[in-house]
Amino acid sequence: MGTNVKNVFNNKTIKPSCHGHRRFSNHGDHFGGTKRVAALWSLFVLFSRFLLNWSPFLFQDSASCPKKLTLYSYWRSSCSHRVRIALNLKGLDYEYKAVDLSKGEQFDPEFEKLNPVRFVPVFVDGDVVVADSFAIILYLEDEHPQFPLLPRDLKKKALNLQVANIISSSIQPLQMLSVLNFIEEKISSDEKVAWAQHHINNGFTAIEKLLEGSAGKYATGDKAQLADVFLAPQIYIGVTRFQIDMAQYPTLARIYEAYAELPAFQAAHPNRQPDAFPSSSQSC
Amino acid sequence: MASDSEAMSRPANLTLYSYCWSSCAHRVRIALNLKGLEYEYKAVNLSKGDQFDPEFEKINPLKFVPALVDGDVVVADSLAIILYLEDKYPQHPLLPQDLKKKAVNLQVASIVSSSIQPLQSFFARQFFEKRISLDEKLTWSQNHVNKGFAAIEKLIKEIAGKYATGDEVQLADVFLAPQIFAGVARFQIDMSLYPTLARLNEAYAELPAFQAALPHRQPDAPSTS
Repeated sequence: MGTNVKNVFNNKTIKPSCHGHRRFSNHGDHFGGTKRVAALWSLFVLFSRFLLNWSPFLFQDSASCPKKLTLYSYWRSSCSHRVRIALNLKGLDYEYKAVDLSKGEQFDPEFEKLNPVRFVPVFVDGDVVVADSFAIILYLEDEHPQFPLLPRDLKKKALNLQVANIISSSIQPLQMLSVLNFIEEKISSDEKVAWAQHHINNGFTAIEKLLEGSAGKYATGDKAQLADVFLAPQIYIGVTRFQIDMAQYPTLARIYEAYAELPAFQAAHPNRQPDAFPSSSQSC
Repeated sequence: MASDSEAMSRPANLTLYSYCWSSCAHRVRIALNLKGLEYEYKAVNLSKGDQFDPEFEKINPLKFVPALVDGDVVVADSLAIILYLEDKYPQHPLLPQDLKKKAVNLQVASIVSSSIQPLQSFFARQFFEKRISLDEKLTWSQNHVNKGFAAIEKLIKEIAGKYATGDEVQLADVFLAPQIFAGVARFQIDMSLYPTLARLNEAYAELPAFQAALPHRQPDAPSTS
């Protein structure tokens, strides 16, 4: 046991306890309580400052979060048009960076680093760079799965993929400006139009048959899906540039009218893009 | 080797409409082999116009090969077929989990199926030969193949391993192998311009799944005797 100690605050003698530390327990308790209060107060101040600085970001909805998505696009590119629709359907804000194909901006070395094929669209999501509309949209399906564009049902999913591929492989590449210019140069202007119409009509005839029995309000049901994302821009080009008679394709004509009612499709329209202008720029 | 043979001997319930020389059908043959799926081969001779047969048109209204029948599911178009196979028969997955690598695989597949093949397809070649000239047909095809190969070479240069996007055969390889085959055999493409692609092509030649899918090994390949 230790020696008695005089409490200098009240002049009372404190007998040491067996545990030694207890003589300080009152002070410790008192001081510990003060410490706790001070610590709690500091925490409160820190938390308040955190809330003040970060609440604009924490409590915003996804639509107004700071943009980290960038789309390199040309207003009249039907491939870019597809991606714009997909981004809108998924409610994704993005920065639009125009690449003027009519001025050859796709040949800019900086753009070539992003996409060695030198086509639009190109999509940047943080450190991920994806080019090609098909690859971009399937990336969006994985990374931003809200508003899925592919059904779970394998038959319907395959149908959507097939429609998308008919357009991206059997129609659009064959009506690209470079192809049409070549045919016009080597054969004639009439032949160029006939060539484009042939491929569009072939594709639309096939798609019209494929959608028999599957189409609802939209191509494969009552919800806009991948097939619609690819169809809308292709029908637009077919009608406005190549005078395709949509009366031959009643299902496609009907669903095309339905697209005109959807804000996501309206906002993606070429004429509503930041780089849209009324002069006769070529589409691709 | 043993696992490939074992995988390739499962009972067939699939039918593939194919033409030996079609590079689009070639892609699907590779994918089916990689997944160890047996299938019945139904030949559609494009040079004889079999694709215009009304029975075939019911299978694929676009009148192209390939088309796959799996029970009551009918899928045409090579990319749609292969992505269907990915879902239904997930063994030997052809798409990586990593989203960046997956996107590169899809981009390579898309460059081949949209920016190269359609512009050197049978129909396009026939048109240019008939309406312009034989030389022009070849130049046209070569231009598009070279443009696409140059782009793919840049795209995969840094990420290629034993195969296009790493050390496993993936979707990009399934699309590249037939296109390189056609480029070399049909359009005299100089593969020394594309060292990565040339190296991959040699690697594909070692794989049974790729060998078995080659045009001259199909039931409708012309006899050489």
